[in-house]
This record gives sequence, C-alpha cells and structure tokens, in this order.
Amino acid sequence: MTFTKILTGAVVALGLATTAMAEDKTKVGFVYVGPVGDGGWTYEHDKGRLAVEAAFGDKVETVFVESVAEGPDSERVMTQMALDGADLIFTTSFGYMDPTINVAAKFPNVKFEHATGYKRADNVSTYSARFYEGRAIQGHIAGKMTKSNIVGYIGSFPIPEVIRGINSAYIHAKKVNPDVEFKIIWAYTWFDPAKEADAAKVLIEQGADVVLQHTDSTAPQAAAQEAGNVITFGQASDMGQYAPMPRVSSIIDDWAPYYIARTQAVMDGTWSSTDTWDGIGAGMVGIGEISDAVPEDIKAEALAMKAALADGSYHAFTGPLNKQDGTPFLAEGETADDGALAGMNFYVEGIVGDIPN
Amino acid sequence: MDLSAINPVILIAALISAATPILLAATGELVAERAGVLNLGVEGMMITGAICGFIIAVNTGSPALGFVMAAVGGAALSLLFAFLTQVALANQVASGLALTLFGLGLSALMGQSYVGIKPPRMEDVAFGPLGDIPVLGPILFSHDPIVYLGIIIVASVWAVLTFTRAGLVLRAVGENHDAAHALGYKVKRIRTMAIMFGGACAGMGGAYISLIRVPQWTEGMTAGVGWIALALVVFASWKPWRVLLGAYLFGGITQLQLNLQGAGVAIPVEYLAMSPYIVTIIVLVILSADKSRAPGSLGRIFHASQ
Repeated sequence: MTFTKILTGAVVALGLATTAMAEDKTKVGFVYVGPVGDGGWTYEHDKGRLAVEAAFGDKVETVFVESVAEGPDSERVMTQMALDGADLIFTTSFGYMDPTINVAAKFPNVKFEHATGYKRADNVSTYSARFYEGRAIQGHIAGKMTKSNIVGYIGSFPIPEVIRGINSAYIHAKKVNPDVEFKIIWAYTWFDPAKEADAAKVLIEQGADVVLQHTDSTAPQAAAQEAGNVITFGQASDMGQYAPMPRVSSIIDDWAPYYIARTQAVMDGTWSSTDTWDGIGAGMVGIGEISDAVPEDIKAEALAMKAALADGSYHAFTGPLNKQDGTPFLAEGETADDGALAGMNFYVEGIVGDIPN
Repeated sequence: MDLSAINPVILIAALISAATPILLAATGELVAERAGVLNLGVEGMMITGAICGFIIAVNTGSPALGFVMAAVGGAALSLLFAFLTQVALANQVASGLALTLFGLGLSALMGQSYVGIKPPRMEDVAFGPLGDIPVLGPILFSHDPIVYLGIIIVASVWAVLTFTRAGLVLRAVGENHDAAHALGYKVKRIRTMAIMFGGACAGMGGAYISLIRVPQWTEGMTAGVGWIALALVVFASWKPWRVLLGAYLFGGITQLQLNLQGAGVAIPVEYLAMSPYIVTIIVLVILSADKSRAPGSLGRIFHASQ
C-alpha cells in the first residue's frame, strides 16, 4: 500500500469520524434583525443563544446571522441554515413571519420558532412575550412623572405588538394623569440609531419630557441624556448604562429559559408546534430596577402593579375601555382575551392620530 | 394637528446637522468618482471612521482629535480598496462591497468594549454676539465645527475641481485614463489619493454620527447612510453644490416628516416616511436634465499596458 493510499484512507476515516461527531450535536440557528451589539432586542436574543451553549456545552452547536433584512433576504439566510444542517432555527423578528413559513414548508424535518408572529405550521412554533405588561408599568410611571403632560413614543412598525404597547402605556398613563397626551412617531425601522435619536430629539423639542421607545437601539437614551430632564425606559434590554437618568426603568426580555427548553425538546424528540406567550409571571418579561430618579411612592405603586400583573390578579387591558372611535371595546371589569390582543389594530379612546396602514 | 409645536428655526438648525454625515461622505465619494473610481465601500469606511473617532475621543477626551483619527481610519481602510483596485486590478464593484462588509465587521470588533459609553461633547463654535441674532443666529451660528468644515470641504472641492490645474488633472484621469496616462500623469497615484480623500471624508461623516448626532457607539449604527450618500452623488450629477443641496434636502425632509408626525398632521405616515427619498430624487433628476453625465472612465480598471 502506497503512502498516498494510506493518507487517503486516513482522510476518509477522519471525514467519517467528523460527520459522525457532527450528527451527535444538535445544531441551533438564530436569525437576528439587528447587530448583536445593539444593546436591546437582538442583544437579548443573543444572550439567550449563549445560554443555550452554556447549558448544553458540547452537545449543541449554535450559529447566528445578524442584521438580516426582513423579507426575501431572510428567506435566503434561513434556507442556507437549514441546508447547513440546523435542527432548530429561531427567527427573531416579526417581519420574518412569511419567510419562516415558506422555508419551513421546504424543510419538514427542521423545526422553526418564529418570535412575535401568529402563523404556525407542523414544524413552526411561535413565541412571544407579553411586553404590554411592562408597558403598563411604564405608562403608570410616565403619567405620574411627566410635568409637560406630553409623552413621546417612538414606534417602529404599525404591527399589533407595537400598537398593543402604545395602548397599554396610554391607558395606564391616562389613569393617573387625565391630562396626558401621547405624541407618536413611526420610525419605520427596528434599528437605525441616527433616526431613532432624531425622532427622540423631535419629540423632546415638541415638549415631551418622557420618551418611550419601541425600537432596538440605545440611541433615544443618548438623545434624552443630552437634552437633560427627560426620562426614558430601557427597551428589550436593561440599558442600565443610562441609569439612573434618563433611564428610570426598563422592560427586559429573557429568552434563555425558553430557548433552552425548546432545544432540549428537539434533543429528546418531544418538540411539537406550540404557541407560547408568557409575561412577567413566567419570567419572560422582566422589569429593570426602578431608579432613584422615581419618587418612592410612585416606585411602590409600580412594583405593586408588577406583582398584580405577575400573579394574574390584574390584567393590563381591563374594561371599561373604548376604541379610539368611541365604540366599546371592553365592558366594566372585562379583560381582553389573547385573540383580541394578538390582532390589535386600533388605538384606545383618547389617543390622537391614525395608525398607518 | 398642532403645527405651532414645530419651531421652523430649530427645524432648519436640526436639518443642517442631520445632513452633515451624508454631505461629508457624498463629497468624498464625488472626488473618487470624478477620478474614475467607483468605491461602493462608503458604508464600511463611515462605520470604521465612526468607531475610530469614538475610541480616540473617549480615550483622549478630545472630540476634535477623534475626528482627525476618524479621517485617518477611513483613509486607512480605503487604502485597502486602493490596493485591490489599483495594484491588484480587482473589480471595483466587488472590492467596494467587500470593503463595506469588512468595515462593518472590523468596527464591531473594535467597538466591543465601547458600548454604552458617553463620548466627550464637541462644543459649538463660539460666534459671540452673532449667535444672538434672532432667527439667523440659531440657524447659521449655533453649530459644531464639523458642520462648517463640511461646507468648507464642499466649497473647496468645487473650487479645486473647477479652477485649478490639480482639479483638471483629476478630472482628466476620470474622463479618459488612457489619454491622461499618455500625457504623463500618474493615473494610479492620483486615483489612490482621490480614494483616500473619499475615505477620510466618509470616516469623518461616520464619526459625526457616533460623536455628535447620536452620541454613542452601537454596532452598525450608520444603518445605510453610506448607500444614500452613494446614490446622492449620482443624482447630483457629480457636482459638489448639488451634493450639498441634495444632502440638505434629504436631511431636511427627514426632519420635517418626523416633526409633522409628532405634530399629528393628517398626512398618512407612509407618505411622510418615503418623502425624503422621493423629493430628493425628483429635484435632483430635474436638475440633471442638463448635459451632465458620469465621468468617462468611471469604474474601469486601468493598466498602463492596455
């Protein structure tokens, strides 16, 4: 046997060995809408990914692609991940909904998990967090703290998740401060620090002394800090580097337990298509520490609300509530069911302006 | 609707500031394209400049030094492009795209420990009593030095291209590199310098976002401004003053639409959101109805033997 043949044999053996090893590992893919360093939404998803790696060690291999545009581009990325042997793929933005369904149809053996969407299939689950519970607490603090009675709100895209957040914040701000007014700017982006900062500056120029954001970067926090005397809330991540002012509290998404559980389910072969929607109670939504910039009594009220939301004794959408046009939405004491929440496409009574189509 | 909430003076002042990153990047790219080089790496050079400037400004406490190093960083990255396209004779489009991807990755790596840090603030230029003039004061005399530098760069580029021998040579290289070479001009050297100028301007434009406009470091924070700058050069027919007009128009309508949204004007938000792109394109297309056209050798590879 010549040396070359031995070498070829060795290479083939090595190749077989590595394939065999690769098959032992569960491969988990993540598709992100922003960069992992955005300090907000994508940052938290990536923390979840790292938690999966920490939990399973050598048994799992994770891959991710960041800053993937919503739409056709994401379909290409998911297809490539599936072709590369991913067993489970998390797609972490609302705009990946149809691409996820399309790619999942082509790869029936790969499991998909789409965040914040509502379309499912045999191999597509959906999961989201009840961010609106956190928005209720923010609204309460905002309504109590504002002196100008103008609260600015930077929206990303006019989808139910964002509209729900606006409504929830408004309802609770209005409850403690009947004069409060919301100014809403749609940025039409999840991540564009310069634009987010501009939107925050415009809101502040127009009198807002509280700025809520539903976009992913910390830019509005920086703009508020620059302006002074404006309070903000961390979005998706704690954004604690801007505490105690302007960031007075935050909504923190904690995806790690869910990601670990779902990866485990794939390993055990028990994975099935589900719809998960957890809130403060289950720990998927965390409330970042309320800073000293908030007076003690307001802080206590906010924490009481947090406890009530967590144990289910209070629902953020509790009647009586009317829609913006005055038609009844919820009767006295009635709470909104998940169907109504998931498809929410209207403002509640009192908010000025139209939702873009 | 409450239009009184919009203060036109603040709006115009904000527009000038918002337009500066695009203006700087587009002016630099204009010089490179007039020399016949199509550098699609503007975005990559901007983001590299943004992090270089940020790191230096944070560590030295001097935003001015930050801007200098942002220009150096952008120019250094553009040297890579110059090497690929002028020495290795690689395709300019592919090299430019690669430069953007490389710049985004490199900046993310460099910036890992700079997330959440507040950079030192750059003071506005002190114009003394001029700043107190009603209306004109806040609009013209209340900006940071980079805003004025941007305008000076546009004016200088225009003057150099139009009135000087150096500008004539640069344009000759861009129009017909074979003829310029036959006349004895160093095509590669001139193009390399133009590329570096473009890189320096893009780097400063990026640093303007990370040091003044936002101000913070976030991965990928230029978010496509470089591509807008590239498009602007074409729509401005490779003319410096039109780049200025286009950048202000774009920045202005972006600001205006945010203001209108905040004031609750009853125009559908979708139209407002797309208006900056549409209005800028329409205005510049109308302007370019004259006989202006792209430099003759734009995007073509030059080798002395051909």
